[in-house]
Amino acid sequence: MEDMIFYDRLQFAFTITFHYIFPQLTMGLSLMIVYFKWKFLRTKIDKYNNAAKFFMKIFAINFTMGVVTGIPMEFQFGTNWAKFSELTGGIIGQTLAMEGMFSFFLESSFLALFIFGEKLMGQKLHFLTGFLVFLGSWASGWFILATNAWMQHPVGYEILDNGKFVLENFSTLFTNPWLLPAFLHNQLASVVTSSFVVASIGAFYVLRNKQTEYGRLFLKTGVVFGLISSVLVAFPTGDWNAKNVAEYQPAAFAAMEGIFETEEAGAEIVLIGQPNMVEKKLDNKIAVPNILSFLTHQDWNKQIPGMDQFKEEELPDNIPALYYSYHIMVGLGTIFIGVMALALFFLWRKKLYTIKPLLWTIMFLVPFPYIANLTGWYTAELGRQPYLVYGLLKTSDGISPTVSSGNTLFTLLGFVALYMLLGLLFLVLVGKTINHGPKPQTH
Amino acid sequence: MEVFWYIAIALVLAVFFTLDGYDFGAGIIHLFFAKKEKDKEVIAKSAGLFWDSNEVWLVAAGGMLFMAFPTFYASVFSGFYLPLILVLWLIIFRAIGLEFRGQFKYQMWKDIWDASFGVSSLLLALFFGIALGNVVRGVNLGGVENGASAYEGHYFFLPLWDSSFSPLSDTPGIIDWFTIIIGLISVVTLAIHGANWVILKTNSSINTKLKGVIFKLNIALTALTVFSLIVWQIVNPNSLDNFIERPYLIVFPIVYFTGLIGLFFIKTFKKENQGFMFSTLLIVGGITSSLASLFPVILPSINNTHEHLTIYNTAAEHYGLSVAFNWAIIGFILLIVYFIVQKRLMGGKVDKMDYGH
Repeated sequence: MEDMIFYDRLQFAFTITFHYIFPQLTMGLSLMIVYFKWKFLRTKIDKYNNAAKFFMKIFAINFTMGVVTGIPMEFQFGTNWAKFSELTGGIIGQTLAMEGMFSFFLESSFLALFIFGEKLMGQKLHFLTGFLVFLGSWASGWFILATNAWMQHPVGYEILDNGKFVLENFSTLFTNPWLLPAFLHNQLASVVTSSFVVASIGAFYVLRNKQTEYGRLFLKTGVVFGLISSVLVAFPTGDWNAKNVAEYQPAAFAAMEGIFETEEAGAEIVLIGQPNMVEKKLDNKIAVPNILSFLTHQDWNKQIPGMDQFKEEELPDNIPALYYSYHIMVGLGTIFIGVMALALFFLWRKKLYTIKPLLWTIMFLVPFPYIANLTGWYTAELGRQPYLVYGLLKTSDGISPTVSSGNTLFTLLGFVALYMLLGLLFLVLVGKTINHGPKPQTH
Repeated sequence: MEVFWYIAIALVLAVFFTLDGYDFGAGIIHLFFAKKEKDKEVIAKSAGLFWDSNEVWLVAAGGMLFMAFPTFYASVFSGFYLPLILVLWLIIFRAIGLEFRGQFKYQMWKDIWDASFGVSSLLLALFFGIALGNVVRGVNLGGVENGASAYEGHYFFLPLWDSSFSPLSDTPGIIDWFTIIIGLISVVTLAIHGANWVILKTNSSINTKLKGVIFKLNIALTALTVFSLIVWQIVNPNSLDNFIERPYLIVFPIVYFTGLIGLFFIKTFKKENQGFMFSTLLIVGGITSSLASLFPVILPSINNTHEHLTIYNTAAEHYGLSVAFNWAIIGFILLIVYFIVQKRLMGGKVDKMDYGH
């Protein structure tokens, strides 16, 4: 039984991690494509239009990857988490089915139109199709986050005698207090990823001294979008989410902040340190007193319950992983703000394109926003443990009763092998597209 | 409400098999009949341009099934665990094949990914047929052995096959001689459908030859259909009851047979889309007839301990279904609009279309 749950969780974690590499780029990138296209409509300068079309190619590759890795996500609700699906399908099935119907179709139909239809439609309609792709991809995020918000903070339900969750109020699925902060935080984080990708491609073009005009445009756009989104991810949306966790999942909050013991008055904020699960304390910790209480409650001396206040079975089952995920996300987010602020400063002083160390840094920083996005999700999902539906349905009660651990291990290994191949394909396709670059500028 | 959702999901599934069916079929045709590089390339393109927007329909069907019939979703997806994961892998392999083949100019490189595309398409067609065969035949719900249930009455787990390979066994596997027959019907039907698609969408040099292929495949399909109808009665003796009780349901088999008969005249068709229309009738008629023969059952139980899964005992609660009815109507209208817009723009032959770079 224990290893059944372990393999089911591992397979879901692996496949969702791989899947989320793709949508996190497409959501943010679609916004930037809309920006380039809009800029072209305003200025009639070709390079903006070419930039929009170039990034739509990269978008399309990512979208395809998102489709083939997304179908397994939907299937796994049934294949590996049958009991969870049976009990909650009447509720989260709503938001998942709406995602398919209202966002997926929108995105895929208008993506094809954007790529093939520019000559047929004229520029204004072409802009509109781009905008609809953006709308579809963000709607997708909205419905997925609504699903997740219900699992983090269930609302509008009733539980029948047989354990089934029944929908009682449809609109509460979307007015869930968890949803809006999580959605905004997630979408802005996806803009961070796309900004870094755009800026990184720009840095690459400038550094290799080919297509430098596009390189400069991408750098400039990436840095401006990057700084704005990096700041907004931290404040107000990140702050808002943390307050939600503190309010609705205090046990998870204590674990992710690394508070083992409750302090009489005012909790310190841990900057760094290693959870020691045997002695229940943080080793080698560097912390600043009272800051956490202030950040969470705007009160320096407010008490924040530590992990000692909760029963063992209410606490997340992997506290170190949760703690590290959260701190990696926050740490990286801080670095992003720093790098982008520096880049913007030199952009303003008109020196950015000549400072090579900074350009190299921007180019090679590109994996890190992905890591920050994923560790952010790990924080949310590990924090929700040991529950699938917070406080109501245990993870161990959600797995398929008929699928053995051997079966899941077999399919997990298969997914690992296949996704390596898929990852290779992705790198080849994106690499070729980037190397080829946008349509050369005609003067 | 249950009936509305049943029909809606059946409709979405029929659209999925009609649309993705042609690119599975194109893969089968590609595997067996395309010899020249130019033909291979254009056939791969006729699938490659469309497969991902077609697979969106599978996602939609999955989501709707999850929402409306969660118990059925949970039961079937976990019960058919291995074949479903294999289907996922094949879908990915197909995608890799289609997207990889044009990346390098070496002939061997293309051959490898052509094989990946073709074989995955063939196996997917076979698997989907086998899946339908399993649903018609029924499964050992509750995992009953010697009168004792291993699971709750709406769960089951099938081995890939049972040593008897017989659908009449107490513990039939996923593969038995009956499900293989349905699998073959699916392969032949989709091959015909794919051939019609290639004729409709490309100027390949084998278009004329494909008409002969369709004619021959159609003879095979007729033989398989007749044979399957006979054994169907053995496997599921009640399958005609619905048609006797509700005679209007006969319209679905009529649709199927219209397609079947129509395709014998393939060589006389003047317009290139006529063949495609008839094979669409085959697919839509085949799926709807099978579902209609079971209604309202969606997964029969082969033991007497546990009752069949029906649309009533697996559905979500009424409130959820009615709320979803409201948004689904809006959703379907939007789908029709997108579909028309897209078809108008992507019409015509694919030979000249720009694919990727």
